[in-house]
Parts: sequence; C-alpha cells; structure tokens
Amino acid sequence: MEKYSGKSVMKGIAIGRVHLYKKLEYQVTEERAADPAAERERFLAAVERAKEQLTKLYDDAMTNVGEDHAAIFDVHKMLLEDEDYLDTAAGEIENGYNAVYAADYAGTQFSEMFAAMDDEYMRGRAADFKDISRRVIRILLDMPEEEIHSEEPVVLVAEDLTPSETVKLDKKKILGFVTVKGSASSHTAILARSMNLPALVNVDIPLADELHGKPCVVDGFEGEFLVEPEEEILSEKVVRKNQWIADLEALEKLKGQDNVTKSGKRIDIFANIGNVEDAEAACAADAGGIGLFRSEFLYLGRDTFPSEEEQYVSYRAVLEKMNGKKVVIRTLDIGADKKVDYFGLEPEENPALGYRAIRICLDREEIFITQLRALYRASAHGKLAIMFPMIISVEEVERIKQIVELVKTELAEEGKPVGEPELGIMIETPAAALISDELAKEVDFFSIGTNDLTQYTLAVDRQNQKLEGICDIHHEALLRLIEMTVKNAHKEGIWVGICGELGADTELTEWFLKIGVDELSVAASAVLRVRGAVRALP
Amino acid sequence: MKEFSYVIKDPVGLHARPAGLLVKKAGEFTSSITVESGGKSAEAKKLIKLMGLGIKQGAEIVCRIEGEDEDAAHDALAKFFEENL
Repeated sequence: MEKYSGKSVMKGIAIGRVHLYKKLEYQVTEERAADPAAERERFLAAVERAKEQLTKLYDDAMTNVGEDHAAIFDVHKMLLEDEDYLDTAAGEIENGYNAVYAADYAGTQFSEMFAAMDDEYMRGRAADFKDISRRVIRILLDMPEEEIHSEEPVVLVAEDLTPSETVKLDKKKILGFVTVKGSASSHTAILARSMNLPALVNVDIPLADELHGKPCVVDGFEGEFLVEPEEEILSEKVVRKNQWIADLEALEKLKGQDNVTKSGKRIDIFANIGNVEDAEAACAADAGGIGLFRSEFLYLGRDTFPSEEEQYVSYRAVLEKMNGKKVVIRTLDIGADKKVDYFGLEPEENPALGYRAIRICLDREEIFITQLRALYRASAHGKLAIMFPMIISVEEVERIKQIVELVKTELAEEGKPVGEPELGIMIETPAAALISDELAKEVDFFSIGTNDLTQYTLAVDRQNQKLEGICDIHHEALLRLIEMTVKNAHKEGIWVGICGELGADTELTEWFLKIGVDELSVAASAVLRVRGAVRALP
Repeated sequence: MKEFSYVIKDPVGLHARPAGLLVKKAGEFTSSITVESGGKSAEAKKLIKLMGLGIKQGAEIVCRIEGEDEDAAHDALAKFFEENL
C-alpha cells in the first residue's frame, strides 16, 4: 500500500479504481505553410469552431454548475474574438508560419503578459490564454476533446483540472478527485463540492502510468489517498464510508422538513455566516434564515475602511440570495485583538474587556454611520434585522437609536429607499443578561452570544487550553442567565435567539425548547443535524 | 467629446467577466470609447487591452467617448459602471 496525504477540500470517502487523467500532447513546429492565405482561413475556421464548442460548454455549465462557473466559457469566447489575439496570430501566419504555431504563439504571448502583472487575479488569467489556444490547436490537429472515458465510476487523479475539463466530466462516472495542484478555490474543489464528492488537492503523488487502474481510497475526512490499500484498512474505510452515506441520507431526508418536535413544538433554525459566499451554503443546508452575519469580513484583511457602497453591495447580495428570509446582520465587532491597522487601535492589556465593538462605534460615530447607512439602504432589498454587539447598558441602546434616527432622516432627505429592519442586541455580557428586563423594552429582539457570555460569566478565556478542564460550557450560572434573558424577552413580547456555539449543542436542544427559545443560529453544516435533534424530541 | 470618471468598487477590480460585458456594451455604439487609468489607456472595445490595464478596486478610471452617438453611449456606460463595478 502506498499512502499520500493532501488537503481535503470536500469530506467523504471514495473507494474505486484510479483513472489517471493526462492532457493530450502535441508538437508545435516552426514549419512554414505553403499558402499563407489558405492557412489564415484554416486558422479562422478553427477559431469559429472553438467558439461553437465554448457556446455549448457555456450552456452545459449553466445547467450543471450555474452562471458563476459558466461565465468562464463566455469570457474564453470573447478572448477568441479579441482583435489583438487574432491579429497576433494572423501576423505569424503572414510571416509564413503554420496555424498551430501561430495559435501557440498568440496564447504564449498573452499568457506571459498576464503572468507578469502585479495583480494575483490577473496573473491567474494567464491560464485562460493557454486554454483557448489549446482548444484552437486541438481543432487544427483534429484531436479529440480531452475527455474522460471510463465504463465504471472512477477516482480521477490528475495534475490539475481546467474549467473546460471539470465541466465536461460525466458526473455519474466520478467517485472522487485527487489533484497534484489546486487549492480550496480551484475549479476541482468547486466542482467536488457541488457534486458532494470527496476531493483532495495538493497531493504529492508522481503521476506514473502504472497508477492507472489501481484500486484506491480517497478519504476526505483524514486527507488521505491510499493506493492498493491492505485488506484490513480497506474494510475499515468501507465501514466509515457506509456510515458517511447513511448520515448523508438521513440529513438529506430532513431537507424541507419543519423544525418541530413530536408534540408539535417548533423552533427556527438559522445559519451563522461570515461572508457573502457562505449564504450559498446556508441555502443549500435549508436554513430558515441567517441568524448571525458577521460584518467583520468587510473590515479585515485590507488597508482602508470599506466604503458605504461596498458594504451596501455585500449586504444587499446576501439579502437577495436569501430571497425574503430573515437576515440578521451584526454591526462591526472588532477590537485590539484583530489586526486592522487602519483603525489605529492601541494595543491593550486585555482586549476582551477593552475598546471594541459597539464601544468603538459609539466613540467614532463616522465608522458606525457609514455602516448603518449601508445597512438601511440594503434593507430595501429583503428582510433585514440589525444587531448590535457587546451591549452593557440601556444608555448605549438609546444612543444607538438616536444615531439610527439620524441616518434614517438623512437617507429620507436624499430620497434613498429604505426598509423597516428590526433592531436587536446581542446578550453576551452578564450585565446585559441581568438587565434584560430593561433592555427588552428598547429593542425588537435579543440574540444570546453564548461564546462571549460563557467567557465573561465564568472569567475563563476559552482560547487558553490550560483552562479547558474548568470551562464548563453547561455551567449553571450560564444556563440561569440564558433562561432569565428568554423570560424577560417574552415578557416584553420580543423574540430571542441563540447564536453562539451552544446553539448547535444537541445536548441542550430539549432545554432550549422547554424554556421557549425562538431561534437557534448555527453553522450551516449543523442546520440539518440540529433539525434532526429537534424532530427526535417528544 | 464626453467623459466621466468612476471609482471601481468591485473587490476583484475590472475582472474578466465585467470587462467582457463592458466590451459588449461599448460595441453597441459607433463612438470611439477609451478607458484610462493610472496613466494607461485602452479601447473599451478590446477585451485583452482592457484587462491589461490591471484596474483594481479603488482605482479611478476616466471613460472618454467621442462620436455621433456619444450622448447615448455616455449614459449607458456610466450606468454600466455603476451597476457592475
């Protein structure tokens, strides 16, 4: 048995035979064409044929993987219509070279030009020029399209797969993917996720011809690729695979079902997301809405504040994606522990108890106002709720509401359409939980952030591994604060959700229902599991 | 001649997809249309040149339009940038 490790980009287990996929090879010669005019016609005819293929690929991709991934073929087609590309190739033919040489020359020229650009995205486009020239050359040489032919389903092993290749794959013939190159955002990874098949990238395996046809196992849980596994290991993997499939099937059956107990008690199950793309996973997991959209992604990993427009576009994209389902967006929750130099935050002894989240927003109102303007403008496009983090007093909420009024007036004067978002707060400090009776009079909802509430209540840093033993996540003090918050919310007729990790803790699901929690917001991958736990309750 | 300026908001900048759409949009008009950014300029009807400008998020572009249908082209392209970039 040979064992290789790689980066898992999709969990799951595949057991089957290796199908080694290699690109067709061809020779480019500097041979002269006898008749340049005829050679030019031959080249243009091949370009036309290539464009027809791309139109068909685009249509197939639209059906199989959707607009986002199909767009690449439309771009390839436009590149083949570009005068500069065509003129460069035509120039070489005029110089007497053959059409294959000319197509290869043009592809290489532009590929090198883009590879030299200082922008990572543009450098990535270098591969597109190679891809389009390869297509034209295959047609000129009358070579078949690079396809995977196999009678039975196989594990596809390749150097890397281009978008043209991944889209054309017959989905019924693939058990899993293993590539030597690639990343979590490569086309292989995207395809594997859309097909729900295990996939490993960055597997350091020599692609020798002998590999073809050998029995193998792809383990997307462990990031392992086993070639010719021993009997004992193989049977272990079979058990694991059957378990995985049974779990998947059980979860799949829960899609479209209500989150209701046998006696008819129901609860909302929403998803937590951290960026616009995550909304896709939330929809796929059949989440009832977004219970926590962390807006930090807009502020992290950059050098300047995100503009109102930029924020508006992101918020609106999620609201539109969720198509009328509720989306709770939490305003900026950043402190000195996050690397955002442009905020100019001074280092602190104790950032968890420091200048962070709503405290920054109420001190530097310009940051807050920009975000609120973007949120209110986005609220015209869906069912938005806005949530404020780290609240400890009624005064803070009063001040927030004054600023909100200001923003609404401004937008009205500018004639910008807005919706009527609910306004709520996080209950994540013991202070907020203890005065939740007062706070409930001020807002439309509560969301209990159990991660911070645990850390602040127990005075335990959850990142500190030495404290793991004394960090009781079901501590009585924590549960009492939660119960108190829920009761106080309901006394004022407002809804209350749980958005920390505890929300997905199925040991507590029954208790949450008993005390009357209205909504649980959990990771997209946990939505169906929690639904299953609810439905299993009496 | 008409012109307008615009600051790119799309996080990836003027990437292939919108650049392709821009080429199509510009192709609807007979006017000559150029996009200028960072001291370089490209014809808006040529995809590779346009992508070659390497326009990133936050970059300011100036779009110049000259020709018989410049008024209509100006309005259509200004709207295009606003909606797509």
